[in-house]
Amino acid sequence: MSVFRTLGEKPWLTPSGHDAVLTPVDPAAASRTALRFIMAIVGVLFFLFIITFLSRSQYPDFQALAGQPWQPFTDASRLWVNTGLLALASVALQLGLLGARRDRLNLAVAGISAGVFFSIAFLVAQMELWRYLQSLGYYMTGNPANSYFYLLTAVHGLHVMGGLIVLANVVFRVWYDDSVATLSQPLGLCTQYWHFLFAVWLVLFALLTSRAETINTLAALCGF
Amino acid sequence: MQHTAIADQPAELHDPHSFVTRYIWSQDHKVIAIQYGITAIFVGLVALVLSGLMRLQLGFPDTFDFIDPSAYLQFVTMHGMIMVIYLLTALLLGGFGNYLIPLMIGARDMVFPYLNMLSFWTYLLSVIVLLASFFVPGGPTGAGWTLYPPQAILQGTPGYDWGIILMLISLAIFIVAFTMGGLNYVTTILQARTRGMTLMRMPLTIWGIFTATVLGLLAFPALLVSAIMMLLDKVIGTSFFMPALVSLGESMDYTGGSPILFQHLFWFFGHPEVYIVALPAFGMVSDVIATHARKNIFGYRMMVWAIVAIGGLSFFVWAHHMYVSGMHPAFGFFFATTTLIIAVPTAIKVYNWVLTLWRGNIHLTVPMLFAIGFIFTFTHGGLTGLFLGNVTIDLPLSDTYFVVAHFHMVMGVSPIMVLFAAIYHWFPLISGRKLHEGLGKAHFWFTFLGTYAVYLPMHYLGFLGVPRRYFAMGGSDFIPASAETLNANITIAALIVGLSQLIFLYNVVRTLRRGEPAGHNPWGATSLEWQTPDVPPKHGNWGPELPSVHRWAYDFSVPGAEKDFIPQNQPEKAGGTGT
Ligand code: HEM
Ligand SMILES: [Cu+2]
Repeated sequence: MSVFRTLGEKPWLTPSGHDAVLTPVDPAAASRTALRFIMAIVGVLFFLFIITFLSRSQYPDFQALAGQPWQPFTDASRLWVNTGLLALASVALQLGLLGARRDRLNLAVAGISAGVFFSIAFLVAQMELWRYLQSLGYYMTGNPANSYFYLLTAVHGLHVMGGLIVLANVVFRVWYDDSVATLSQPLGLCTQYWHFLFAVWLVLFALLTSRAETINTLAALCGF
Repeated sequence: MQHTAIADQPAELHDPHSFVTRYIWSQDHKVIAIQYGITAIFVGLVALVLSGLMRLQLGFPDTFDFIDPSAYLQFVTMHGMIMVIYLLTALLLGGFGNYLIPLMIGARDMVFPYLNMLSFWTYLLSVIVLLASFFVPGGPTGAGWTLYPPQAILQGTPGYDWGIILMLISLAIFIVAFTMGGLNYVTTILQARTRGMTLMRMPLTIWGIFTATVLGLLAFPALLVSAIMMLLDKVIGTSFFMPALVSLGESMDYTGGSPILFQHLFWFFGHPEVYIVALPAFGMVSDVIATHARKNIFGYRMMVWAIVAIGGLSFFVWAHHMYVSGMHPAFGFFFATTTLIIAVPTAIKVYNWVLTLWRGNIHLTVPMLFAIGFIFTFTHGGLTGLFLGNVTIDLPLSDTYFVVAHFHMVMGVSPIMVLFAAIYHWFPLISGRKLHEGLGKAHFWFTFLGTYAVYLPMHYLGFLGVPRRYFAMGGSDFIPASAETLNANITIAALIVGLSQLIFLYNVVRTLRRGEPAGHNPWGATSLEWQTPDVPPKHGNWGPELPSVHRWAYDFSVPGAEKDFIPQNQPEKAGGTGT
């Protein structure tokens, strides 16, 4: 592997042919690297939340949100709708990216607009879901499962909002500089981030709608 | 953030014009580094004063009315947290990381200068929120720097209300600031190195900072997760960590949460944090030692491997802080083993520093003195760490002064030694003037001997069983009266150490006013930061053209070469090859 090859180099030998490496900087490469780190960090964040979730689920007061007929997520149709909205946002951005890459301005604008629209719709729908749960009497402090539901969706939602801010920044700069040619690279990174958040959401979705037995099995696999 | 300012054309870096854009809202990594440095040193002095107050209480109990048990606990907590996070992490990475990364790898600036500026201002905000907790009702939290629930947020602990809330908020803000800075450091190192600067030609300083930043980016989320969940437990009344309990005769609304879960999260961050502080220090001390011994660092590759190995292993040892919390014996065995394994790469580094000195042309300059001092204090603290890593030895020693002595040696005094070495070493570059040698030496000897006078006796107190985080020892049979005398002596030594830092501050002020100009590359160093056209480096660092790198950073005393060092950017024919 190249990591090991790199770490095995002998720098004191000063080989002359070796000098032609890495000229400074390709901004695209820099942002790409930064995005990889961001996804790793956000991934770790959710990983840790999930680990604590599994650990906490093994205490007797924990009551899963799905499984029994009276539990709210036994029927997960509302969550499916929200998932659909986020998926549409991802797809729309991907189309926008396609437009930007092929220099088709209309498609790019339409894709980005639809992406933003569906993302905001997703956030609104998530809040609607909170209100629905509260109307059923599932408050944040009622049960650790509820607490985790509100907490994880909120943290995820904040990351979507962060993405929207960056996307707005990208669009604004392109508009301001009037240089559509520079759009596709940052837009590509935004799209990637959206897909990533969609994947995170799928994991959260699966976890939050799991029945007690599933959660117990997962927790047992982690040694809790 | 796409403000990429590292194109090879310096004209693309719009030069800041007004005072405000140059020194306040600056996006120049050097200015940001100094802003980070000044802020960190300022809070560090607050933490130093707090430690002086604690020592006064411990050395001369019943003398100071204004220190009551609550105040003592608040001092302990704020002292510990400030020292570890707001001083050491911020100064090593925000300060030295910011200053040295672009210069040492031959870049004009960080790749995201705007984000870098934001990082500093966010850090400043976290410091302000932290210090604000001294002025809220109930004062700052007194939960200990580990902030363990349930006590951290329950009545009976000082600052259980506003104090802990502000502490948690401040930590969350700090983590945001660190993440913005850290993204910059790793991306810059990976993507903005100049021509010829292969990864394995980077000075060890950069390797240390790089690995530590990666650790920080992956470990701070654990602290963030625990801070958020504890904040919710406190403010909203969830039961993530809070067990069902009875407080002051009333049963509380909390259901069966898990305090141990918090401990796992905290130490999953807390142990890597030790290396977030240690690895940059390891790197910088290696470069100081090589430069001032005029010798290539012994075993460069092994040093790099050790840094990477320590970084990786540091995520698998956290529960050695939790032996007394109770765990399955197999886990105790596992964590003791990993802890002892991490000692291997660490020991390799110590051997290599010593072997670098061996038969070197040692210049006992002030930076070198501090670097050698570091080898002593670090070895010392590392050895007691081997004791504490074993479950059976840790159980009786845990929560005694032996632990206080251990961690002060290994992660208090040692990084501070390196920080001073680094400040004396790089001050001529940063300010263009050389700190006064004589004053520096006085500062070194007071600090080095003084810290031994403070911490060596503490090991003995620990063996006696004197507990840590205690306001007063009380009348225990197992603690002889002589322990009181010892405590008084420690306090006197600590006050002398504290006051001797004034020599340093005076030296800095005096040098800035009328120090001798350092000139270009006064130590005869090889690495790029000393090869800038201007001292101190101007905005954009390199003048019209970026340097090209032709060799590693350790070509000292090369046989046949004209001088006893060959800068990294010197082409091959002019200098002869390395050995
Ligand atoms: C002259 C320098 C210093 C003195 C005199 C000093 C003194 C003390 C004292 C008296 C305590 C409280 C012990 C107790 O009652 O349990 C303490 C705790 C602590 N100190 Fe220092 N200290 C110094 C420097 C540092 C530095 C540089 C660090 C950086 C890592 C540090 C980190 C800590 C930590 C983490 C604690 C534990 C806080 C807690 O128990 O919650 N100290 N120090
Ligand atoms: Cu540890």
